[in-house]
Amino acid sequence: MKKSVYNGLYVVIAILLVLPFVLPNSFYLDLAVRMAINAVIVLGLNLLIGFAGQISLGHAGFLGIGAYASAVLPTHFGWHPLLAMGAGAAATGLLAGLVARPIFKLKGHYLAMATLGLGIIINIALRNEAQWTGGPDGMPVPGMGLFGFELSNDKQWYWVVALLLSVSVWASLNLIDSPFGRALRALHGSEVASQVVGVDVVRYKVAIFVLSAVFASLMGSVTAHYVGFVSPNFADFFHSIELVTMVVIGGMASVYGSLVGAVLLTALPQALATFEGWETVVFGAILMLSMIFMPKGLVPTLAAKFGKGE
Amino acid sequence: MLAQFLQFLFSGITVGATYALAALGFTLIYNASNVINFAQGEFIMLGGMLAVFFTQIGLPLPVALLLAIVVPAIVGVLVEKLAIEPVKGAETVTLIIITIGASLVIRGLTAVIFGKGTHSMPAFSGDAPIEVLGATLLPQSLWVLGVTALVVVALWYFFNRTLQGKAMLATSYNRLAAELVGINTSWVLFMSFAMSAALGALGGILITPITLTSYDVGIMLGLKGFVAAVVGGLGNGLGAVVGGLLVGILEAMGAGYISSAYKDAIPFVLILFILFFMPRGLFGGKSTDRV
Repeated sequence: MKKSVYNGLYVVIAILLVLPFVLPNSFYLDLAVRMAINAVIVLGLNLLIGFAGQISLGHAGFLGIGAYASAVLPTHFGWHPLLAMGAGAAATGLLAGLVARPIFKLKGHYLAMATLGLGIIINIALRNEAQWTGGPDGMPVPGMGLFGFELSNDKQWYWVVALLLSVSVWASLNLIDSPFGRALRALHGSEVASQVVGVDVVRYKVAIFVLSAVFASLMGSVTAHYVGFVSPNFADFFHSIELVTMVVIGGMASVYGSLVGAVLLTALPQALATFEGWETVVFGAILMLSMIFMPKGLVPTLAAKFGKGE
Repeated sequence: MLAQFLQFLFSGITVGATYALAALGFTLIYNASNVINFAQGEFIMLGGMLAVFFTQIGLPLPVALLLAIVVPAIVGVLVEKLAIEPVKGAETVTLIIITIGASLVIRGLTAVIFGKGTHSMPAFSGDAPIEVLGATLLPQSLWVLGVTALVVVALWYFFNRTLQGKAMLATSYNRLAAELVGINTSWVLFMSFAMSAALGALGGILITPITLTSYDVGIMLGLKGFVAAVVGGLGNGLGAVVGGLLVGILEAMGAGYISSAYKDAIPFVLILFILFFMPRGLFGGKSTDRV
């Protein structure tokens, strides 16, 4: 049992190792980096949505806090990028923890509303505090480096992000099989029943929410440094929806589903660019159709079809 | 002082009435199907855009407005038939994604057909402002408030005095029990989507002469309508109306007295406070869970 759990991880690592040598040019390398970044965010979000059964419609807000911490603190206050990244993650964790306790007494739609509201408030603040954030136009982000070595080209970034992704997959697989993960799955199944067997429901929900928010913040910082620029669109409602869509299309409660969802939806806008003007319509139609015909998501649906559970 | 306060109040209740209509739309669909329809905002946008389009091609105002309500209602029914009914009983997240997909399709098509520009529409009965205690009130505001009030009364009558309305109400309380006494619940679902799209469109039409419209105004209007519905306690009709007015008034007051840059944030700050301190909204009852 234990062995087969890690088989998928080995495949992921193998693909990550081979990929940079088969990609034809830097355009695809850039796409691969962005897919991997999204995959890490989606892994964190899937722990919340898929395993714990809680919705967040404001996750891009947390990405935004991380990204802007990495932009604002080094630019205006001369902080080291790593310190800024840590500060962003700490602030995100604190904010998430602070709002999570009252929020997680709510359920379903109320929770969706609260996280949506939080995300929108963060986005509006980023747009309005122009003296710090550059307002709607965004601002440049200084480079990321350590001990005089600066991450400068896409190849270097690729290896960093590939490492982050491998570690995240490994950590997620372990987390799900830990007592913590089992408690999460239990409260997704039935909150009352898990309470009865002694799971502190609110504490677990707060913990997983904070964890996935911090994941998002850290990856927000990474994205900011990689792209070299941040704008409020990065933290808007639509981006939150994109992230939730990656989770749901790939497959809720599926680690590899998260990866597939992130890869597909990162590539989709590129593929849709050919539809000039119709991108939004086609994107919306794909969302609807995939949810109507595969409500469980791609990976779980295919896994069920070919008779193998994950 | 008073004049300024009144001015903010007038603009607040005018926008608030639109939120109230949108919130009623959320409430109708939520009651019939437990779905939060994230495409609700697009019906508001569609109402305004179609009203502009139909008047521009020279249709008489009443015909144009009627069409601008009927077409979104048909779109609403299509969304229900094609996208919601096939996935009955799916998880909340799945349903949310489907309605968001629908909203993207509607918004995208509108942009393709009518372009991405901003459109205006003449007020129904002139622009000569009415002076009230030093504040000015637009005639269009009276249209917004009057029609909204009529709609609320009509809805009250429908749900309390007609068989169809009671059937819809019964379904919202207990779907299975309603089916057992012979209520056609799939007709109820159909009606809720048609009515809720029509309500949204009506709000969009009424407010367009004041606020202008474009293909992308639906997102914020819809989200604020959702806030209004939750403020009033999701699923409660009276709550939706009060919630809408409250959100509109607080937004206008906040924009006037605190910061106009943060105007759009005010409804969301409000909803966070309400959810923290009264988790079921202002009018939501207590509920118990089945294990």
